[in-house]
This record gives sequence, structure tokens and C-alpha cells, in this order.
Amino acid sequence: MMLDLPLIWAGLIALSVLVYVILDGFDLGIGILFPFVKTETGRDQMMNSVAPVWDGNQTWLVLGGGGLFAVFPLAYAVIMPALYVPIIVMLLALIFRGVAFEYRWKTRRGKFVWDASFAGGSMLATFAQGIALGALVQGIPVANRAYAGGWWDWLTAFSVLTGVALVVGYALLGATWLIYKTEGELQRAAYRFAWIAGSGILAMIGIVSLWTPFLNENYMARWFGWPQMLYVLPVPLLVALCAFALYRGLSTKRQLTPFLASLGLFILSFVGLLISFFPYIVPSSVTIWSAAAPDDSLSFALVGAAVLLPIIVLYTVHAYWVFRGKVGTTGGYR
Amino acid sequence: MESFDALLLARIQFAFTISAHIIFPAFSIGLASYLAVLNGLWLVSGRGVFLNLFDYWKKIFAVAFGMGVVSGVVMTYQFGTNWSVFSDRTGPVLGPLMAYEVLAAFFLEAGFLGIMLFGRERVGPKLHFFATLMVALGTLLSAFWILAANSWMHTPAGYAVNDAGQFIVTDWWAVIFNPSFPYRLVHMVLASYLTTAFVVGAVGAYHLLKGRTIQRDDSGIRAMFSMAMWMAALVAPLQILAGDLHGLNTLKHQPAKIAAMEGHFETTAGAPLILFGIPNAVEERTDYAISIPNLGSLILTHDPNGVVRGLKEWPKHERPPVGIVFWSFRIMMGIGFAMLGIGAWSLWLRYQRRLYDAPWMHRAAILMGPSGFAALLAGWFTTEIGRQPYTVYGLMTTAESVSAIDAAAVGASLVAFIVVYFAIFGAGTFYILRLMLKPPESAEPGLPADEPIQAAGLMPGPVLRGAKRGTAT
Repeated sequence: MMLDLPLIWAGLIALSVLVYVILDGFDLGIGILFPFVKTETGRDQMMNSVAPVWDGNQTWLVLGGGGLFAVFPLAYAVIMPALYVPIIVMLLALIFRGVAFEYRWKTRRGKFVWDASFAGGSMLATFAQGIALGALVQGIPVANRAYAGGWWDWLTAFSVLTGVALVVGYALLGATWLIYKTEGELQRAAYRFAWIAGSGILAMIGIVSLWTPFLNENYMARWFGWPQMLYVLPVPLLVALCAFALYRGLSTKRQLTPFLASLGLFILSFVGLLISFFPYIVPSSVTIWSAAAPDDSLSFALVGAAVLLPIIVLYTVHAYWVFRGKVGTTGGYR
Repeated sequence: MESFDALLLARIQFAFTISAHIIFPAFSIGLASYLAVLNGLWLVSGRGVFLNLFDYWKKIFAVAFGMGVVSGVVMTYQFGTNWSVFSDRTGPVLGPLMAYEVLAAFFLEAGFLGIMLFGRERVGPKLHFFATLMVALGTLLSAFWILAANSWMHTPAGYAVNDAGQFIVTDWWAVIFNPSFPYRLVHMVLASYLTTAFVVGAVGAYHLLKGRTIQRDDSGIRAMFSMAMWMAALVAPLQILAGDLHGLNTLKHQPAKIAAMEGHFETTAGAPLILFGIPNAVEERTDYAISIPNLGSLILTHDPNGVVRGLKEWPKHERPPVGIVFWSFRIMMGIGFAMLGIGAWSLWLRYQRRLYDAPWMHRAAILMGPSGFAALLAGWFTTEIGRQPYTVYGLMTTAESVSAIDAAAVGASLVAFIVVYFAIFGAGTFYILRLMLKPPESAEPGLPADEPIQAAGLMPGPVLRGAKRGTAT
């Protein structure tokens, strides 16, 4: 298979989505855990641990959406109406989550409102993303270059399960991020959260992985056909390895290992999804190549991406490097 | 009828979300440039008053920019959810332009904003000024790409159509620099500048009026009011000129829109300029018209007896809705001339050396504070409703563009957007107004050290502050 423009772009967009999921994942996870921490200083610390980075993290979502419109307009035109309700709910929830960072410090009387808006917005946005993912995995019917299903099709037992799974998963990312970024009382609470969310997510990964192949025969052939099974076998093995690393990290009270192991679980789950999807961008209706805009458009957009994306990535890495270490109770980093 | 309802609701939803969004970027574009000017003036003159003003307005900028970011995320998805057919067919042309906008904005957000908001002590005044310039440039670049995309929809160029019915690009240069783009860009950027100038002027006027009985250092208040009034005096006439040129460009490419703006139904030689009247789309005439003979032709054709085409030249289903276009155009024009008037009045007061001691002027300036936003929205309503029934002018109709979604879904999401936007942006506007009601101090505090600022992006103050603090502890 040639490495052509649609494939390069599919890779770039997949990368944007993955970066979004793991980066905004821990931001949203902090919001999900927010109601379980009652102390004011604990909450301030939680918010400060993501305040400087969440906006940059969320921008990867805009890049994913904008990129899809730019290079796979057909996929964009099919997926958005199909996932109409979860997408709208996610956008509205993200507004509540986003402004809370700004408004929460502008008022004393109304602080509880923005606490609720932060926690509720994070939870709802995550659940909606999980449902959208589940609905995409189920497959989206397409006729005449348009979505051909009903506007409640996204709501199934499977998509609700993936919605819950993502909430648990982001909570794990958030908890392990807190383990890494905080200390004392809050860190002890974060270890407890991580145990619960960690056990939960492994159960969820198990159920979703066993369920997915039965949704669609392509998935079944990809994962259980012989000899393809040999190629994909490393994925479940590495998942087991990450699960073990998470278990060890939490048992021996490591600071960074639990977070890295959780990232590993997310990356592997994502790779698993890509393996299931390929070569479709809308399973099982539209392939990467049939959704792609003409090469002219792809190469024009690629020039900008090739120049700016590496700078943005370097910048992001640098910012995280500068931010390393524990967060204090005030906005300043020690 | 079902599809018409969903179509109408989708149009209202787009109008609502884009109107709520455009307010913030328009203000940010103007304010970013204003901040760059203040920063530059401080570097050149060394006068602390400019630095104080910079610190005062940057706090307001941070909140406005944040609201622009969150309302902007919605726009990225609005095309796909409600206008999927449009997205599919125009994606190859418009998608890359949008992608460049996102990349430019992303780059700006991740890069220079944090330094501009927090980093003066850390990076030194020169580099800090550079960051401020880059932020201003970034907002202008964002406007460049979005307006290129929007203008292409008005005056499509450089395209072909493929077998799937998609517009594809034959010439990127022609796509980007399409015929209406330069006019729209200039008109919009000047509008942003004027909008910001009148907000700044109103804040200055409010504090001048309030502080008349109190003795204190009001050099910052005077400086912001004076600068805003210079902008009004200089840019308002430029904007009227730019608007006129844009209008002539529209006459060339979208004559039906001009006919609706002018309220002309009949094609006539020596057409009058209708000042007021009530366009009657059913009877196809403008009732109770108050008009000036031959002036319409003079303005549009530069010949008092020139021929001006009326709406009857087009079949009814190809005409834009005349009433709203006619009225929103007059609102924009009215505000434009009121701005010109304020600018002229300020020059007269300046000549008499009474600019800071003219309560009626200050009251008028406060009244005109939000006028830029009203003019901006009225202008966009004129141009966007005036190009109906098309999304891509002459090639693709609005009815063809919409997603096949139930009216109930569009209606429910519209209600949700309205409720959420009023609550969220209402609160944000309240916080901005509260910042504005405080006068600028002679030692304006920076952004509070214990607050995160969402607009700060990836390289914000906490890094810089933290690094400093780190050396101290």
C-alpha cells in the first residue's frame, strides 16, 4: 500500500484525536473527580493542576474537527448529523467546563455555581464523547453521500457502555495525574480514586473488547481471523502489561508510573480502535480514500500543518517540561 | 413543509451562534491592536500612563478572548451538524481555509498570548512588545482566513465541480483573493477597530463623567478617551469610504442584494435614494418612501441618470428577504454616521480645548459605547441575509445545504444554545463590565497571581511567575 496523502492525513487526524483524548482526558477527569473532593484547598489544587494547560489541550479537539472538515469533508458531513445529539451536548458541556476556569475566581458568592459548572460540564462532555465513540464503532449507515439513519440511532446499550467507560477512563487519567502533581491529603485521595477507576476501566476494556467484534464481521475477522490474529495479538498483551504496571505503581505508591500506565491503556485502546476501523473512516460505510478531498486540497492544507504542527508539539512538550513538579495550593508553581 | 421548518431553525441556529461568537473576536481584534499600540507608545515615550492602560485593558482582553474561544469551538462543529451537505460539497475549498484559521489561532494561543498577558518581567519589554504584536497579528490572520472563506461563498472563484458534486480548487490564489475578499476584509477590520474604539471611549467617558468632582490623577482616563476619539475622527470617515467601495463591489457581483438594501423593486434610470420607507415584498413596492431624487443612481453608478436594477429583475424565489436587509442596512448606516458625528464633535471640542470637560459629549460617548457591536451585527445581517437564497452565491442554495435532520432536533438544540449562551456570556459580560466600572489606577495591578487565566494557553504566567517564584523560594 502506498503512503499517499489521504493516509498521511488520516494519520494526522488520528494523532490529533489521540492527543486530544489523553490530554483533555486528564483535564476532564479532574472535573469528574471534583465532587468527590470536599475541601476548598483540595479543589483549588485540582483546578490549578490543569488550569495552565487545559485550553491548549482542548484546541486539539478543534484541530480534529477542523481537520476532518478540511480533508475528509464527506466523513465530517456524515458523522456530525449521525452524532448530532451527543456532539451538541458535548459542545455545550465544554462551554460550562471552560468558562469555569475564568469565572470561578471572579466571584465569591457565585463560586459554587462555577464549581458545579466545572464538574457537571466535565462529566457530561466525557459521557457524550464516549457515547459518540460507541455510536461510531457501531457503524453509521450512509446513502447518497449523507447519513441515512435516525436521530436516536446513537443511543444503544453499547454506546451507553462506552460512555460510562470513558467517564471511568478519564477519571483514572485525572486521578493518576493528581497523584503525579499533588501531595499530602489530596494525593492520598487520588490513590484511592485511581484504585477504583483502574479496576473499573480494566473491566470496561474487557467488556467492550469482547463486545466489539460481535458488532460487525470486519471487526471479527480482524481480531479473530487466522492468521491476522497473530498481527494484532501484541495489543491485548501490551494491555495486560500496562494493567500490571498500573497495579504495581499504585501498590508501591509510585508518583509517575500510574499516570504513564494509564496513558498506555488509552493509547492501546485507541490503536485497537484504529485496527478495527481501518480502512474505514466511517465504519463500515466510507473509507479513508472515498472520504478524502482531492489531493490539491490535501497538499495545500498539509503545507500549513507540516510547518505549524511540529512547532506546536515542541511548544507543548516544552510547556509540560516547564510545568513539571508538584502544584501548590495557589496558582503559582513551586 | 417539514424540511422547511428544519431549514429555518438551522438558519436561526447558525445566525444565533455566529452572532454570539463574532462579537468577541471583533472586540479582540480591535483590542489586540490597541494593546500593541499602547505597548509601543510606552516603549517609545516611557510614559507610565500607557503601561497602566495596557495592564488595565489586558485584563478585559483576557476575559473577552476566553469567551471567543469557547464560542468558537461550537462554530467548528456547526457546519457538520446542521449543514452537512454544504460541508461535503464545499469542504475541498473551504476546509483548508478553515484549517489555516485553526492552525493560526492555535499557534497564537499556544505561543504568544501567555507572554503578552504575564511575561513582561520575565522576557523583558522588547520581547514582550514583540509577543503583543504577534497576538495582534494572529487575530488579524484569523480574520484573514475566515473572511477569505466567507467571501468565497459570496463571490466564488478559482473552482471547478467534480463528479460527486463537490467544489474543487483549480487556483488557490483565486479562491483566497476572490473578488469581494479585499473589500470585506478591510471593512471588517475597520469595523473591529471602531467597535473597540467606542467601547474604550465609553469607558473613558464614564470615568471622566464620574470623576469630575473628585480630585485625582486621571491622565490614564484622559489618554484612553482621547485615543478613542482620535480613532472615531479618523477611522469613521475611512470606514464610510470602505463601506461605499464594498457596496459598489456588491453591486457588481450581487446586484439583487443592493436592490434589497436600497428598497428598489423597479429598474429605473435616475433612481432615488430611499432614506426611509416600508418595503412591501407582496405588493412589490416600497411604501411611504421618503427619498432624494437621483441620489441613488449617483451613489451607485456615479451618474445621476444611471440605471439601477430593481428586485423585479429576479424571479421571486431568487430574491433575498427585502425587509430585514433594508432595515439592518439602515441601522448600520445610521450608526456609522453617528460615529462620524461623534468624531467631528470631538475634533471641535479638541480645538476648543474642552474635550475632557464636556459632559454632554461624555454622555453621548457612553451611549455610543455598544454601538459598534450593533453596527457590526447589522452589517453582517445585511450581507448574509442579502445573499439569500444562496450559500454559495448563484451555485448552491441554502435549502440544498442543510442536513437532513428532524426539526425537533434542530429546535431543541437551538433552545439549548440560547439558554446556555445567555447564561454563560451574560455572566462573562457582567464580569467584563465590572472590570470596566473600576477606573484605571496609576499603578494598575497585573493579573492576580492566584488565578488561572484560561486564555493564557500553554505558555502562561504561572510558568513564568513560577520560574521566578522558584528562584525566590
